[in-house]
Amino acid sequence: MADLTLTKKDFTSDQEVKWCPGCGDYSILSTMQSYLPELGIERENIVFISGIGCSSRFPYYLDTFGMHSIHGRAPTIATGLAISRPDLTVFVITGDGDSLSIGGNHLIHSLRRNIEIKILLFNNRIYGLTKGQYSPTSEQGKVTKSTPLGSLDTPFNPISLALGAEASFVARTVDSDRKHLTETLRAATAHKGSALIEIYQNCPIFNDGAFDIVKDSETKGGALLQLIHGQPIKSDTHGLVHAGASLKVVELNSVPESDLVVHDAHNPDPAYAFALSRLSASELDHVPIGVFRDVERSGYGSLVNNQVADIIAKQGAGDLHTLLTSGDTWKVD
Amino acid sequence: MAKPVVSLNQVTIRFAGDSGDGMQLTGDRFTMDTASLGNDLSTLPNYPAEIRAPQGTLPGVSSFQLHFADHHVQTPGDAPDILVAMNPAALKANIKDLKRGATIIVDKDEFTNRNLTKVGYPGNPLDDGSLDSYKVHAVPLTSLTVAALSQLTLSRKEAERSKNMFALGLLTWMYHRPTESTENFLKTKFAKKPDILEANLLAYRTGWNYGETTEDFSVSYEIAPAKMPAGQYRNISGNTAMAYGLIAASQRSGLQLFLGSYPITPASDILHELSKHKKFGVITFQAEDEIAAIGSALGAAYGGALGITTTSGPGVALKSEMIGLGVMLELPLIIIDVQRGGPSTGLPTKTEQADLLQAMFGRNGESPVAVIAPSSPSDCFAIAVEAARIATTYRVPVFILSDGYVANGSEPWKIPEVDSLPDLHVEFAKSQEDFKPYLRDTKTLARPWAIPGTKGIEHRIGGLEKADVTGDISYDAANHDLMVRARAAKVAGIEVPNLVVDDPTGEADVLLLGWGSTYGPIASAVELLRANGEHIAQAHLRYINPFPKNLGDVLKKYSKVIVPEMNLGQLSMLLRAQYLKDVIGYNMVRGLPFTTTEIVEATMEVLHG
Ligand SMILES: Cc1ncc(C[n+]2csc(CCOP(=O)(O)OP(=O)(O)O)c2C)c(N)n1
Ligand code: SF4
Ligand SMILES: [Mg+2]
Repeated sequence: MADLTLTKKDFTSDQEVKWCPGCGDYSILSTMQSYLPELGIERENIVFISGIGCSSRFPYYLDTFGMHSIHGRAPTIATGLAISRPDLTVFVITGDGDSLSIGGNHLIHSLRRNIEIKILLFNNRIYGLTKGQYSPTSEQGKVTKSTPLGSLDTPFNPISLALGAEASFVARTVDSDRKHLTETLRAATAHKGSALIEIYQNCPIFNDGAFDIVKDSETKGGALLQLIHGQPIKSDTHGLVHAGASLKVVELNSVPESDLVVHDAHNPDPAYAFALSRLSASELDHVPIGVFRDVERSGYGSLVNNQVADIIAKQGAGDLHTLLTSGDTWKVD
Repeated sequence: MAKPVVSLNQVTIRFAGDSGDGMQLTGDRFTMDTASLGNDLSTLPNYPAEIRAPQGTLPGVSSFQLHFADHHVQTPGDAPDILVAMNPAALKANIKDLKRGATIIVDKDEFTNRNLTKVGYPGNPLDDGSLDSYKVHAVPLTSLTVAALSQLTLSRKEAERSKNMFALGLLTWMYHRPTESTENFLKTKFAKKPDILEANLLAYRTGWNYGETTEDFSVSYEIAPAKMPAGQYRNISGNTAMAYGLIAASQRSGLQLFLGSYPITPASDILHELSKHKKFGVITFQAEDEIAAIGSALGAAYGGALGITTTSGPGVALKSEMIGLGVMLELPLIIIDVQRGGPSTGLPTKTEQADLLQAMFGRNGESPVAVIAPSSPSDCFAIAVEAARIATTYRVPVFILSDGYVANGSEPWKIPEVDSLPDLHVEFAKSQEDFKPYLRDTKTLARPWAIPGTKGIEHRIGGLEKADVTGDISYDAANHDLMVRARAAKVAGIEVPNLVVDDPTGEADVLLLGWGSTYGPIASAVELLRANGEHIAQAHLRYINPFPKNLGDVLKKYSKVIVPEMNLGQLSMLLRAQYLKDVIGYNMVRGLPFTTTEIVEATMEVLHG
């Protein structure tokens, strides 16, 4: 049984945290440390696996099992662990470069398979650890150390990408919004298969203010379109209506409340969540936040382990002697 | 009147045909029937990388060679005594390997002008006297098969597909092989396709009867069983033996077998084989690429499973960074490289030993791993068990360097008693206070295998340099030096058996030293040389990192050491570097195993100049 007396302190390791002052990673860490006791899982049954990047230092600071692996490959390690150890709760911590550039292949395949892992994608729209090159989520034209004349790449929209990869749970939240981040973690850990959470994370050193519009008290009310299952989708000033096959942001006072799209995170058709994901382009003027999609689909690990259990139930456990002596054999006296 | 029966000591047969002609299956069946008769044997499948190269062309030729005897057999044989050629391409591609006087059986029907021109024969070799120094049987194989099956409701094309069974039946008669096992095999294989089953059985029996009744074949041959140690035997290929060895290791250790793999020739058959054995609790995960394959295996190992990844050279290149992580994390991991011709895509279906230095050094930093290599198809079983022992005892990645030759070749295998296999039981770190993830065992220098789910030992590890004992991140200069040396010392200290030297007279001055799959050709060359009165010593390395402790002394003892390798001298380089011994390399990279003759000649050159 879970030891329900655990506190934030129990999940805090003895390692000195070494992010830059003001880094958004601090608030994510603190929120996670506060949330974990609520999860009701013993520390030894929780594993954090990360890649490489500033964000990927995260596991060192949690007093659970943890592995800081290599650049982009955390989902692969987590996959082997989650399949072979279904008793564990496995988190993947990754950055926008780690998960969408070098590790893009593993991200999409773990989502497609629906591995039982919760992926926290710290999106600061920059390469932090290598000191400020543009990343796959940086806006086109971004001037960085490696793009003095502006980047030419079209960025990824991580939510659209995850949905295209058949993800069964996709959400977005913001580093500094403790309450929303906690709710999102709660929903992700309640979900059975893969969960991808994109966390807008500020890097004050190399990409400061990238998310100010959704963080400043003056602008955020209007910019954040709240995705709450069963509730109309709206911000303080705008709401969402159907526009043919697509969705459109309109001013709240231009339509009756009853015209607003009511959010359905369990909609089996991914086209709906995809349409939501397309509302926020690089400019972030209208940003849906919350759980885009949360549908039930068998987790890969449970399918794998069921296949093993089924064959053993049908044929009995394998016997080594029988295996070695199977097929055509002969005796020499 | 019954036809005369001639006794032979040994025979080498090569079946050759178009990729679509079923030569591998034909060879496999003949091998199984030969094995069950108690002959010793060795096989060499040789097929193109293309699934179906254009029909009737030289690149499309697929062959299967089998050497069987009434005595111990080391190799698939240098030159076939008998070639079965299903078309002109198969004849043209293989005739250069035959001894004069060899027997050739061809499908006469395929020797049409069109097929002859396709492979550049100016005339018909069956008529122009160019085959006069061989015994040629021109059998209308296709038309006889079609005629035999005319009573069935099959199209001509379907009927023709059974002609390999006609050929198999004929050879089965010629060499007095039993027919039951092939008949049973066909019955199982085509249980759901009664038409095809009947066609194959009929063609097989017609081929057998053709030998028995026609004048063309006047004698048949017998090869007495070989003397082998008492026990139960089966024929086994290297890849199957490897899969069985891994299952055995999982059973003997009580660890769940987790294979992460991405398909690649010639390693895929290990994945295929293991995926059949889920009832042993085996998990096979076909990953999105080689990196994910080894990553998943390492993740499973971290969780306490027997983590394995199988691949070939190009896949090893992709796995390098993750192997380095395994070295840093000091977790058990088995990497099986079934080597093929390289570099790059190279020769996917051909054999080579040129990944040795890649396995040894193909990573950034000082990144030592254990490297071992099977010496024959059946040895793959023992080497897999051994890899598990080393990986779990020393918590280190272990490379197995197999290759296309041992992987696809086969030989009889004395099936071991399960109780005789080593006990591979392992201890995980237990719940404790003040746990030290990098506190080493004083004997093995291994760190604890500390798996998630164990209360009180929660800790963090990673690819950054570790502080000694605590495992915390450390950038300290002295600590890095200490840890680099500790990881090296751990691998160097892996206990491996001493090298056994076979030097019966003790008078040899020259040592033949091989590693991996060259064992067979070297051993049979040594037999021949000794039969000719030469003094020659032989030793074979199954352990390359670390080398056996006595290797230095062995090298000193012989004035000349010949090292045959299917690469440009990679083991030679290691030996020279480590022992300052100027060994003599004998190197070939043709995608084929050495022949006995080649090694005999190379050795004679050294012996007598
Ligand atoms: C194989 C490899 N290539 C490159 C690097 C260098 N590298 C480390 S982190 C990083 C990018 C990190 O960006 P991101 O994933 O966005 O993480 P952040 O630092 O922004 O949190 C790169 C390129 C590496 N460690 N390994
Ligand atoms: S560089 Fe940016 S992302 Fe990295 S620690 Fe500093 S502030 Fe955080
Ligand atoms: Mg980043």
